[in-house]
Amino acid sequence: MSGGGHASPLHICPHSSPRVQFSHPTKGSEELVRQQGGGGGEGDLAMPLTCPLLRVGAGQDVGRSCILVSIAGKNVMLDCGMHMGFNDDRRFPDFSYITQNGRLTDFLDCVIISHFHLDHCGALPYFSEMVGYDGPIYMTHPTQAICPILLEDYRKIAVDKKGEANFFTSQMIKDCMKKVVAVHLHQTVQVDDELEIKAYYAGHVLGAAMFQIKVGSESVVYTGDYNMTPDRHLGAAWIDKCRPNLLITESTYATTIRDSKRCRERDFLKKVHETVERGGKVLIPVFALGRAQELCILLETFWERMNLKVPIYFSTGLTEKANHYYKLFITWTNQKIRKTFVQRNMFEFKHIKAFDRAFADNPGPMVVFATPGMLHAGQSLQIFRKWAGNEKNMVIMPGYCVQGTVGHKILSGQRKLEMEGRQVLEVKMQVEYMSFSAHADAKGIMQLVGQAEPESVLLVHGEAKKMEFLKQKIEQEFRVNCYMPANGETVTLPTSPSIPVGISLGLLKQEMAQGLLPEAKKPRLLHGTLIMKDSNLRLVSSEQALKELGLAEHQLRFTCRVHLHDTRKEQETAMRVHSHLKSILKDHCVQHLPDGSVTVESILIQAAAHSEDPGTKVLLVSWTYQDEELGSYLTSLLKKGLPQAPS
Amino acid sequence: MAAHLKKRVYEEFTKVVQQQEEIATKKLRLTKPSKSAALHIDLCKATSPADALQYLLQFARKPVEAESVEGVVRILLEHYYKENDPSVRLKIASLLGLLSKTEGFSPDCIMDDAVNILQNEKSHQVLAQLLDTLLAIGTKLPENQAIQMRLVDVACKHLTDTSHGVRNKCLQLLGNLGSLEKSVTKDTEGLAARDVQKIVGDYFSDQDPRVRTAAIKAMLQLHERGLKLHQTIYNQACKLLSDDYEQVRSAAVQLIWVVSQLYPESIVPIPSSNEEIRLIDDAFGKICHMVSDGSWVVRVQAAKLLGSMEQVSSHFLEQTLDKKLMSDLRRKRTAHERAKELYSSGEFSSGRKWGDDAPKEEVDTGAVNLIESGACGAFVHGLEDEMYEVRIAAVEALCMLAQSSPSFAEKCLDFLVDMFNDEIEEVRLQSIHTMRKISNNITLREDQLDTVLAVLEDSSRDIREALHELLCCTNVSTKEGIHLALVELLKNLTKYPTDRDSIWKCLKFLGSRHPTLVLPLVPELLSTHPFFDTAEPDMDDPAYIAVLVLIFNAAKMCPTMPALFSDHTFRHYAYLRDSLSHLVPALRLPGRKLVSSTVYPNIVPHEDPSQQFLQQSLERVYSLQHLDPQGAQELLELTIRDLQRLGELQSELAGVADFSAAYLRCQLLLIKALQEKLWNVAAPLYLKQSDLASAAAKQIMEETYKMEFMYSGVENKQVVIIHHMRLQAKALQLIVTARTTRGVDPLFGMCEKFLQEVDFFQRCFIADLPHLQDSFVDKLLDLMPRLMTSKPAEVVKILQTTLRQSTLLHLPLPEQIDKASATIIEPAGESDNPLRFTSGLVVALDVDATLEHVQDPQSTVKVQVLYPDGQAQMIHPKPADFRNPGPGRHRLITQVYLSHTAWTEPCQVEVRLLLAYNSNARIPKSSWIEGGEVSPQVETSIEGTIPFSKPVKVYIMPKPARR
Repeated sequence: MSGGGHASPLHICPHSSPRVQFSHPTKGSEELVRQQGGGGGEGDLAMPLTCPLLRVGAGQDVGRSCILVSIAGKNVMLDCGMHMGFNDDRRFPDFSYITQNGRLTDFLDCVIISHFHLDHCGALPYFSEMVGYDGPIYMTHPTQAICPILLEDYRKIAVDKKGEANFFTSQMIKDCMKKVVAVHLHQTVQVDDELEIKAYYAGHVLGAAMFQIKVGSESVVYTGDYNMTPDRHLGAAWIDKCRPNLLITESTYATTIRDSKRCRERDFLKKVHETVERGGKVLIPVFALGRAQELCILLETFWERMNLKVPIYFSTGLTEKANHYYKLFITWTNQKIRKTFVQRNMFEFKHIKAFDRAFADNPGPMVVFATPGMLHAGQSLQIFRKWAGNEKNMVIMPGYCVQGTVGHKILSGQRKLEMEGRQVLEVKMQVEYMSFSAHADAKGIMQLVGQAEPESVLLVHGEAKKMEFLKQKIEQEFRVNCYMPANGETVTLPTSPSIPVGISLGLLKQEMAQGLLPEAKKPRLLHGTLIMKDSNLRLVSSEQALKELGLAEHQLRFTCRVHLHDTRKEQETAMRVHSHLKSILKDHCVQHLPDGSVTVESILIQAAAHSEDPGTKVLLVSWTYQDEELGSYLTSLLKKGLPQAPS
Repeated sequence: MAAHLKKRVYEEFTKVVQQQEEIATKKLRLTKPSKSAALHIDLCKATSPADALQYLLQFARKPVEAESVEGVVRILLEHYYKENDPSVRLKIASLLGLLSKTEGFSPDCIMDDAVNILQNEKSHQVLAQLLDTLLAIGTKLPENQAIQMRLVDVACKHLTDTSHGVRNKCLQLLGNLGSLEKSVTKDTEGLAARDVQKIVGDYFSDQDPRVRTAAIKAMLQLHERGLKLHQTIYNQACKLLSDDYEQVRSAAVQLIWVVSQLYPESIVPIPSSNEEIRLIDDAFGKICHMVSDGSWVVRVQAAKLLGSMEQVSSHFLEQTLDKKLMSDLRRKRTAHERAKELYSSGEFSSGRKWGDDAPKEEVDTGAVNLIESGACGAFVHGLEDEMYEVRIAAVEALCMLAQSSPSFAEKCLDFLVDMFNDEIEEVRLQSIHTMRKISNNITLREDQLDTVLAVLEDSSRDIREALHELLCCTNVSTKEGIHLALVELLKNLTKYPTDRDSIWKCLKFLGSRHPTLVLPLVPELLSTHPFFDTAEPDMDDPAYIAVLVLIFNAAKMCPTMPALFSDHTFRHYAYLRDSLSHLVPALRLPGRKLVSSTVYPNIVPHEDPSQQFLQQSLERVYSLQHLDPQGAQELLELTIRDLQRLGELQSELAGVADFSAAYLRCQLLLIKALQEKLWNVAAPLYLKQSDLASAAAKQIMEETYKMEFMYSGVENKQVVIIHHMRLQAKALQLIVTARTTRGVDPLFGMCEKFLQEVDFFQRCFIADLPHLQDSFVDKLLDLMPRLMTSKPAEVVKILQTTLRQSTLLHLPLPEQIDKASATIIEPAGESDNPLRFTSGLVVALDVDATLEHVQDPQSTVKVQVLYPDGQAQMIHPKPADFRNPGPGRHRLITQVYLSHTAWTEPCQVEVRLLLAYNSNARIPKSSWIEGGEVSPQVETSIEGTIPFSKPVKVYIMPKPARR
């Protein structure tokens, strides 16, 4: 019962905790990004306030998602998954890396679980009860409801069937779930005064969510697993233009662009329909949650539409329990189910009934959904053995099968299977493969990045080689930085936090009066004084600042001498300067004063003869520092000399 | 009481005048002081702003006459100047706007005041409202250039306001009133004409999204008013496509579309490369990109607009269907491509194995573009969208584009076929309809046909019928395709027997479209054998009939086919040709004399003889008006018989023939009634004979109602004649009653009523009276003054003579006239099993009927249920129960609820369709009806009903409830 439909093979790392760290000091040039390999020391934890710190459990790997984000001094753990490939300690993330000494509760501000697949929540009871964490755990309502069922099921298999020791108990699951705080979609939850989180719809499975984690003006979005194309029971993931500093996205299908789902669905339905019309039986091995409901809805609506009477069965137990929750969380499903549930809840299956072992021997056509999905054990295998001999029957594998399972063998074309006790089972029934996966493909990932407009992207939950391709694409098309840390690597990112500054109304109005409104979005030069008082920043006019601080105003004047080669008298030179400036500075007030000096606004220009060289006149330009701009412009203008007079 | 109140108002009003000198001058202006005065008093009385607001609200509920508007406006303005509370000012401003919209009031007089108060107003909300008022004034005076200029000037001044509401309204005003020519010749009052486009364009980058939206909307408004937008706007609009707000993006998409339609051929550069493309292509790419926008409103908008961009080059168009699949960086073929390949390689229907879709060649990583600026896959995304609104919009757009480009039609076929399996029925239906519309351009491949036919099993009748319609006009490429279609249709027939007619019709077209493909299938379909005689199939089997319909229709175009028929097939042909003549064409069969088929070609070039015959026989009747009664009667009878037979023979003339026959029948009845001997006998003696005359009168009335309401295409000319005939019938009725009743009292009322009718007739058809020379009503109107004063007995006498002297009016025939008809398909009335239900509770009966030539069936068609005890029930079907499958045709699918008290044994109820009519509704509203006096109920009420379908009997059995 892993993440349902991960069709790509699992990538197994020998040790589970390399770490990635992106680091970037507050004032940022991009070169400062550095990637540190290997396990960093304690120093990583004492990051500057503005740096998100990530510790990744599922970096370039599918399965066992666990990411640690440190954002503006807050530490958040995203997902707490387990690895299905291991049966020893390696199946859980190594939590000792988070803090070597000291309690987890003190270090972590909260834990967020994106959805109920075990590779995203499987280690939760271990983490909270056995390692010890008492802080809040956030997840959506459906996840909260379904997660314990799956954990309990998993525990049963691990402890009761395989007899493993040192595993969490039922009580631990219950205790763990008590720490959970459920959130609604688009509800902003204030974890503490500064940290807030918000859930977005993610598709994928019932209750899957993407989370935005925000502290002050800095934010990170974690997608979990998501699906950008809607299916029969779930909608498409959606996020607003929240422009986070970092988007952490899964990349399971980093190098795939999928075909339209309609062909797949049509093929599936056609095959099932043809087989039952011939009088054959159809076996569909599935995992209990997610894809199973999708296929059920698909068949149910088809049966309804086509008015078919052939029975469809569904293996009892876990799936039945899960269906109950699907019925409850209608708001999390897609448009069609949401809109029609007033007439009829789509999960109240009319044609699909609970399966009984005895039904397998019934004559006539039927369709059976049975667990588990890879035909390696349990009910699905039993039924398969009964039906395999008849060429009228059909088995449809809706997902990926691990090597070594019966499912994998028959998919690769093996027709004679050795069963236990040296029995040879000849497979005459038709074998079909249908891929129904609920992850976003490369286009979908790009679409989400486009929707959220992040400053940088971080790829997790995928294979390194494939991620490399996507990384390149993201950098190329969105011109943002993209990272793909390996397991355990830490990535540190710089942020440029915005600092709010209060401005006095008087000053603002004064500035507003000068410019036209439509360009309000463009940056504009503003003169004022920045006052920092009690960690408050205020921008006030200089007069007010002087008044507040009780200081007297100092006049600051710049003077500059410009040598002009002019043999005429000072008076005439001044006249020429005046006419020259007047012709150039049309917008300004240029005056020729009776005392022979020229003023441009408040800038004074006087002409005097050079003491040594009478052929050269010295122009004295003087301005206050408020007129610095105009003053320096004037000097540069005068330095170029006057135009030749038509003498 | 009212008078008293009014008096008080005057009193108080004068009192106020005495106190306030300045208002005394106003008093002279008030032509009708009642409204404005009352308002004024109220406003003066108001102690608080809340009070004043209440008064204003009350005032706003009542309409104001055009004459008193100005007075009211003065009062309001007066109060406006004094008012300190912004909310009251706001209300006044909005009232000013409302008032200036009053019909017959020219608002230019309040223009100055409105502009004045605008300049002094501080509150942003009130400002916005005032601008709205100005907009109302401006739109009321579209001709006045000076005012428009002035308003635009005002708007420009307030564009810099800090409130978004004010800027919004200013832009709206500019959009609606901005002058269209850039350089207006008349430079009135020194107001330079402004370049409105530039001003509005500047606000595309406003900081408030609402203002940005308003600016784009204003621009669109300018375009709608005929201003040619500059091409420079295109770049501005493109920037807005990435706006944060959905309204802005949605409006921007529209603007881009508009510009692309204006300058399709101009060249724009592609950023980051030095290539250039046509503007329409660039815009198409950009709008395609918006199909994957985050907001579904924008997606719908974008998908809709794509459909109307027909000038786009085919290269771009075809990209919209291409998504360039890959898996692990290797190129993958789509399922569509694979299906096509399988089909062309001849191994169709092989089951697919795992890895069959294994990716083939490596993809060059550099060349893969994940976010194309182009149109790549836009429709693939649109058709897969979560919201069905987007999917429908995409299907519609696909339809429009495919209609204009055959090659695109061919390509989009796969996607349309896929949409047949959508989860929402509406989308499925829409895509089937779309496919039908483009079916001229396409030929279905076998695998596509397979998918299409799979939908035949859909439980929704609408879907199946739409699909039948689609199959009617589909081209199939192979004989296997035809066979497949036939097999699936027969399967459909066994599963849903009610589809019988639709399937037969479908096969008719399928056969006539593909005669050569059907030919090789004939032996198999008829299961004939070269040596052995096979059993004769059951002639009543709908499936067998279906097969025959297919074959016979194909045989019409394929003369070699009948050679393959066995003997019984010929017999069945003869039978079907007679019983289902609309489905089975006339065939030229060997060894059979088919007169019509041999002679037919010779007749065609001539003018239609039956049309001539109709004209002639009618003319004969009208020309022989002054025949002796006996002869006239015989001629009428003869002509009616001829017309009826003609209608049966020539379906296209049926409407005209029936209509004329009905009219002649009325005339015949009238003549017969007047011919009665009873008129000569003394009153007491003919009591029992009078039945005939009064029955005739009644029947004429019925016939006239039928003529008026059951035929579509009846014009005013005919209505006059029909009403005239009805008037005659009423006169007859009056005469008969006058003769049979003793005493004069009841006659008084009747006479008066009749005279009213005449009056009514005159007023309604005053324009047509000159045509009615020498007619009954003409004579009657001459005698009208005498009639008004006469006693009832006298009136009756006059009527009798005029009726006798009146002549038959010529009934002009309209161009096209069709008789409304209805057939109840379901319930079929054949079931012997009674519908059992508990008495007192209801049982739902499905009713399915086709209606032809019914105008506005939603309001006229009713279902009637007649119980055996004579109880009748009329049911009004919901408007949604009517579907419109084609012009002039309607389909009623509804449920009728039956209920009754317990019966001892099952009995039949009758179900039939009625056509409700109301003769008053047809009459054009003339001036004598005082405006607003007629309540809308009168128009919809039912005056009477005409049964227009054969009744169907349903066996029901209400059982007593068990306790």
